Amino acid sequence: MDELIAKAQAGNRRAIARLITRVENDEEAAKTAVTTLYSQTGQSHIVGITGSPGSGKSTLVNALAKELRRRDLQVGIVAVDPSSPFTGGALLGDRVRMQDLAGDKGIFIRSLASRGSLGGLSRATSAVVKVLAGSGFDVVLVETVGAGQAEVDIANTAHTTLVIEAPGMGDDIQSIKAGILEIADILVVNKGDRPGSNRTVRSLQTMLHLNPEGGTMRHHGRVMQMAKNDDPAYELPEDGWQVPVQRTVATEGDGLPELVDAIQSHWRYLQESGEWLEREKERSRQEIEHLLKARFMSHLQKAVAASEQEAMVTAVAERELDPYTAVDQLFARATLPEVMD
Amino acid sequence: MSDRKIRVLVAKPGLDGHDRGAKVIARMLRDAGMEVVYTGLRQTPQMVAEAALQEDVDVVGLSILSGAHMALVPRIMELMKENDMEDVPVFLGGIIPDDDVPGLKELGVTGVFGPGAHSADIVAAIEEAVTGG
Repeated sequence: MDELIAKAQAGNRRAIARLITRVENDEEAAKTAVTTLYSQTGQSHIVGITGSPGSGKSTLVNALAKELRRRDLQVGIVAVDPSSPFTGGALLGDRVRMQDLAGDKGIFIRSLASRGSLGGLSRATSAVVKVLAGSGFDVVLVETVGAGQAEVDIANTAHTTLVIEAPGMGDDIQSIKAGILEIADILVVNKGDRPGSNRTVRSLQTMLHLNPEGGTMRHHGRVMQMAKNDDPAYELPEDGWQVPVQRTVATEGDGLPELVDAIQSHWRYLQESGEWLEREKERSRQEIEHLLKARFMSHLQKAVAASEQEAMVTAVAERELDPYTAVDQLFARATLPEVMD
Repeated sequence: MSDRKIRVLVAKPGLDGHDRGAKVIARMLRDAGMEVVYTGLRQTPQMVAEAALQEDVDVVGLSILSGAHMALVPRIMELMKENDMEDVPVFLGGIIPDDDVPGLKELGVTGVFGPGAHSADIVAAIEEAVTGG
């Protein structure tokens, strides 16, 4: 395992691939890998790409990776597709849209199945991202499963979150609903050559304007005129990040340089404003909480026999015991001094 | 490691554009509980070998209907060997004349399944190749 990690850090692609498999399948391996690599994972820019199925996420990732390579950055890609809730099988088809990237040693693509997680990523995604970050990739693009309205886990994994919309996916009311649009650092209207794309861009811009604290009214010109994105000074208004709406045609590469400019502006904004640390803190908080819960649950399984837990569940179902008292009893059992060692 | 899924690469090397068969196989393996990475059409041997490496698959399935299998398969096997992946079983499907099968097996191909092969046989052969090997 140590040898595998050392080889992965040195950039050995076979080792990176094998390490990811270990991390994905085995909690202990994930722990060892993350423990070893963690201190070196702070340099990579993690960019999340989410949006509804068919909005063009994979094609956009392909186009983004090409543009990032043009800027001489090493790009790791993690693409998550759903597992079947019935058989546990999965069809991972994101590579189909990423054929242009084949043969480039500066790119590493890994497909993951969601394996029952509902937030748009798989349980192991964050550890897999750390393997790529720790193996020296400058940018890690994380593509979620096709997301509907509430799959927002990506915002806790990525530094910069892109939400992809395509024209004709709903009216203005969709754009002011809570959920996925709120996590966007950059909104992308892909398939920007399709009819209705102007309207989609407009309704997203209107949505941003409706945010009373967004400050976009004061920067009216900026949101409306995407051409200004090439002016770096303009990207750093004093009162926070202004979510831009970027129009792209990923199949043609249109709008991609501007989109990568916006991503890099967001990175500079995070660094210069100090929000980087804030986001890392929030991400770390969530991660610790998540790991702690998992640890406590597995500890509980060991501390209280499954048959006893089952008996308690039956007692609750039959109204002999209420759920709060059941939790009190389980918690007391799990935290006895002799089981804590 | 009990929840370990079998990961399969389903690839279409070469220039024929008929991927119905590959998609049927991919779907079938998915329904058998495997994680199937599908590459899409017109892959070069390099692309297939590189995808197998990055995805760290347990099995590679190739679908070839162009008749070029005697050119494509040896190259893919060679590249996989270079990548230290010669222990990964390779299955072949599509239009493969019976006369070519012994030669392909000699190259290290684990199984050849043409039209009419039963899905249960394919799944069983893959499971055996992965767990037995």
